Amino acid sequence: MAPARSYPAGGLAYPHRDLTGIGHLARHEILYLLDEAEQWVELNRQSNKRANLLSGLTIINAFFENSTRTLLSFEIAGKRLGADVVNMQAATSSVKKGETLIDTAMTLNAMRADAIVIRHASSGAVRLIAEKVDCPVLNAGDGQHEHPTQALLDALTIRHALGLPKGSDLNGLRVTICGDILHSRVARSNILSLSALGCEVSLCAPPALMPTDIEAMGVKVFHDFDAALKGAQVVMMLRLQMERMSGQFIPSPREYRHLYGLSLDRLAKAETGALVMHPGPMNRGIEIDSQVADHVERSLITRQVESGVAIRMACLEVLTRRARALPGWPPLGQTTGGEIA
Amino acid sequence: MTPQPLVITNGRLVLPSGEPVRADLRCEKGRIVAIGDDAAPREGDSVFDAGNALVAPGLVDLGVFAIDKPAFHFGGITRAALMPDQGPPLDHPARVRFAAQSGKPDFWVHPLAAATRGLEGTELAELALMREAGARAVSTGRRWVGDSGVMLRLLSYCAMLGLVVVTHAEDAGVTGTAVATAGEVATRLGLPSAPAQAEALAVARDIALAEMTGAQIHIRQVTTAAALDLVRAAKERGVRVTAGVTPAHFMLSDLELVDFRTFCRFSPPLRGQADREAVVAAIGDGTIDVIASGHDPRGPEDKRLPFADAEPGMAGAETLLPLTLTLVRDGVIDMARAFTLLAGNPAALLGANAGRLVLGAEADIAVVHPTRPWIVNSDKMAASAGNTPFDRRPVEGRVLALWKGGTRID
Repeated sequence: MAPARSYPAGGLAYPHRDLTGIGHLARHEILYLLDEAEQWVELNRQSNKRANLLSGLTIINAFFENSTRTLLSFEIAGKRLGADVVNMQAATSSVKKGETLIDTAMTLNAMRADAIVIRHASSGAVRLIAEKVDCPVLNAGDGQHEHPTQALLDALTIRHALGLPKGSDLNGLRVTICGDILHSRVARSNILSLSALGCEVSLCAPPALMPTDIEAMGVKVFHDFDAALKGAQVVMMLRLQMERMSGQFIPSPREYRHLYGLSLDRLAKAETGALVMHPGPMNRGIEIDSQVADHVERSLITRQVESGVAIRMACLEVLTRRARALPGWPPLGQTTGGEIA
Repeated sequence: MTPQPLVITNGRLVLPSGEPVRADLRCEKGRIVAIGDDAAPREGDSVFDAGNALVAPGLVDLGVFAIDKPAFHFGGITRAALMPDQGPPLDHPARVRFAAQSGKPDFWVHPLAAATRGLEGTELAELALMREAGARAVSTGRRWVGDSGVMLRLLSYCAMLGLVVVTHAEDAGVTGTAVATAGEVATRLGLPSAPAQAEALAVARDIALAEMTGAQIHIRQVTTAAALDLVRAAKERGVRVTAGVTPAHFMLSDLELVDFRTFCRFSPPLRGQADREAVVAAIGDGTIDVIASGHDPRGPEDKRLPFADAEPGMAGAETLLPLTLTLVRDGVIDMARAFTLLAGNPAALLGANAGRLVLGAEADIAVVHPTRPWIVNSDKMAASAGNTPFDRRPVEGRVLALWKGGTRID
């Protein structure tokens, strides 16, 4: 877990316009964003949480799918950096079909946003919008595809909980992710991020909620929760939507809890002192018991939320450096792909 | 108007079997009347010098979603079977009659009658009346008839009427809202996916019902190894089943979905590499009888959407011939078989006296340069929309001249 000594100079440390997914990032780019977030963790613990780096910039949070915590986290992150933040919440149903999504993207673009944060219910939607606008685009969750800032904040939270310094990866750490993997963008981004940082990732779900051929992403697959917990140093629980456990995928919530609920007894089957995470919102008493969720030494759930603001500040600050003409961060030009040619 | 008698000289004729032969071809009153020695030009004939190019039957495209004449003519297609999935569906004799007339005189549309009212899969449509109105076959449309009882009654009725039933083979209970084949690619992209076996499940049921009723079924697209095995075995037992495919499924695999390319969204979806190779093998061994374009031009309003929200389908008429010719170049099939798949077999399924260069057949003829190179360009297609996954792909094979019923199409 040797700290990286340095990163490529200037803009080469993060040679992308957008953050659409972890899948597009190299290991050192992930670490760079984590390291950049450290200063904001510090700032956020001060009474004056204001840094005016982004003053004068406009950030639009365009959420085409309902969200409370992620939207709030991005809004706070933008405001603490001094940007003008506006939120656009459009119910998915009203913009589901037709040109509306592209039209909305063009509209946001015409308003000269300096960064757009997007959540959408369809996989690939964020990338589609990114191709149509001229400013950096941050993916706040697209369908079942990716949720990159969640994976970054999870990695930062683990790093802090383990007391690892800036620059460290998570080499050799054994992480078990349990829940509705099939429908989870959090799981996909975390698999990519944790694997890139050197973790051994295990997944646990009933077969109907496990994506086909997910082993190809370099993970171990379990259906038996006890077996999946063996040796786990971090246990990441995912939310299972209520409608999916009323007969569609799972017969009932109590049956799901019986097989996959994380109780204190179950947690004892993991490595001694194993840490517990959950991206929220939780179904207390179903996938996670309150004694586990509120466990002072073991649960990182509120610390994940805290890291979230810092990570989103780091992403917004790094992605707007070209617009702010920071030395060493030349514009990528009017590209549509977001990559350096 | 009766066209002037036509003689095509200096061509290599693609006959129903064997290598192309150098011979003249003579047409009169819209039909092929002489091949070879007695086809020599006479006084007053219109003579076309094919310049050593192939002289082949005009393509018969079994299963298109739009009548798009410029694209069909570019691709050497002189007849197409129109899918009933129109707005409104072809489930009424009047609509079938109208559709049957819609291409004349330079293009023939063979409407496929909707098997059930509104293509809902519940109540039989007026199939005998639609046959009178010009329907050459019956189709379940894009959808699978989920109720096996309805399918049984449909097939026994069509067996009585002597109508081929063109089916779509995907078990809808398994596919649900899937837009991709379950596998690594769909998993990485987070796309709703269903196992490829959904196709074999549907094919197995439809073959069993065809065997039971004696009906003739044509499965419009068979795209997986498991389903092709079922078709192969059924044919050996003598079941009246034929299988088709479009070039997308023998050219492409689900790797094309990376970057959420909606031009690669199809129904059924692209499969894994092993299934793609199984399709090529099945074309080679005769399990697949028909290659069709599935022509479905779609503009940005249907395609510039998130992948799962986009409509399936591609504008395939212009690339049907050159992409099929890749199979000839690769030695999978010979030239005669290529045109049997593209013209002879589909014409036979539709009961059309066309699709083959034989005496008495309709003079639907394409002169084809089989190796002329060109580059597919979605911005400059003859089709009403440029939704092709083959954009920028260099291909070989171009239609030089086309006749419908002995009349040159410009």
